[in-house]
Amino acid sequence: MIKADHLIKSFDGRTVLKDVSTTFETGKTNLIIGKSGSGKTVLLKSLVGLHEPDSGSVWYDDVNFSALGFTERKAIRKDIGMIFQGGALLDSSTVEENIKLPLDLFTEQSEAEKLERVNFCLKRVNLENANRLFPSELSGGMIKRVAIARAIVLNPRYLFCDEPNSGLDPQTSIVIDNLIHEITKEYNITTIINTHDMNSVMEIGEKIVFIYEGNKWWEGTKEEILHADNKELADFVFASAMAKRARKGVL
Amino acid sequence: MLKLFEQIGRYVLLMGKVFSKPEKLGIYRRRILFEMDALGMNSIGLTAIISIFIGAVITLQMSINLESPFIPQYLIGYATRETMILEFSSTVVALILAGKVGSTIASEIGTMRITEQIDALEIMGINSASYLILPKVVATVFFFPFLTILSILIGVIGGYMISVFTGIMIPDDYVEGLFYCFRTYSIIYSLIKMAFFAFIITSISAFCGYYAAGNSLEVGKASTRAVVISSIVIMLFNLILTQILLI
Repeated sequence: MIKADHLIKSFDGRTVLKDVSTTFETGKTNLIIGKSGSGKTVLLKSLVGLHEPDSGSVWYDDVNFSALGFTERKAIRKDIGMIFQGGALLDSSTVEENIKLPLDLFTEQSEAEKLERVNFCLKRVNLENANRLFPSELSGGMIKRVAIARAIVLNPRYLFCDEPNSGLDPQTSIVIDNLIHEITKEYNITTIINTHDMNSVMEIGEKIVFIYEGNKWWEGTKEEILHADNKELADFVFASAMAKRARKGVL
Repeated sequence: MLKLFEQIGRYVLLMGKVFSKPEKLGIYRRRILFEMDALGMNSIGLTAIISIFIGAVITLQMSINLESPFIPQYLIGYATRETMILEFSSTVVALILAGKVGSTIASEIGTMRITEQIDALEIMGINSASYLILPKVVATVFFFPFLTILSILIGVIGGYMISVFTGIMIPDDYVEGLFYCFRTYSIIYSLIKMAFFAFIITSISAFCGYYAAGNSLEVGKASTRAVVISSIVIMLFNLILTQILLI
């Protein structure tokens, strides 16, 4: 479980997060949704410690992450996997080296054991035999899958995904979404996905937090979202003409 | 002025992170060798080409300007050697490397910053500053002095070749000058300077790249800033080190 407790974050005098409190549950795919610029990436980065909140705290289970120092956080960070919007694979390293890096630095495994683990993770994301490829040789979908493989290589307890299917076609997006969902269930991890893709919401969203202008505007399940009595949420969810017509029962 | 002190403070803090205890020495050893190849070996060609021409030009200019029956010709070889050892092969080569290596480091780390690769390392619990910068610093501090030795050798060879091919002076006089009043300490002085300059180039360029923010335009600016600041600091430390080591 990850808990955000009254998070406030400002940049250059502009408050981006305004007292956000919510809880993300273990074994579920928790989604943070909202328009571009609403503050969802800042929220995600504050949860993971890449931004320090001005006030408020972040809790990982019963540990106050915000109160920890650099060394103490390192222990928790080994339990965190993160998938960045652009993949954030190291350009100068091969797929295998990218996935193996956390194993090299934080485990005492032999080379054979590490390679076995890398191959297992690659197989899990359906990318066998991509070991020797460089990120520049991969498609957008493959980059995301390698990023997932790297994120799960140390068996994380918490998985963060920043717009994991941005820039992907709808079919590949669903493949990535389902992969993240399956991994969440398989390892019973706390997954938080930052997205503005309504397909993802309807496909894998179990708990949804809607951020509007830096505030937590609404939270609930994907079943509840369609009937929520909230103008800003409805405007976001039913933004496209097709969705509006579907809502009115035209389609 | 306040901004300058702020930047110096950030630089010192970054260096503190860079020189903190590495996660695993084996990984760092591999990365140091990789960086020696990427930043050092790949600079040999440029250093050699510039050194041979500069050595030849110094010899030519010396022989033109010291044309007098009262000045022995071997002094041309001596002057070429001293110029190469004392200034060119350390300071000028360092300025050239600030352009080549400095911009490479700043743009590489800057690109990693804006594409969130550094964030990814941090999330994994890796000390990104140490992992990315320390191997570069160690590689250049140990490798660049070899470039200085190479530059000295190639420079004096350039001078010899110009004396042979143009007949502007007797090559044997040139060789005599190369050995005239030779002081090993001059070489040591030059190597110490280059080791300092290597640290300056790598750490400042890495600092500029590490704190790049925004888009590719900012990476370009960080790269330019790295070269300009490194060059200025090299000139400043050239003065300081000369004062300390030679006087």
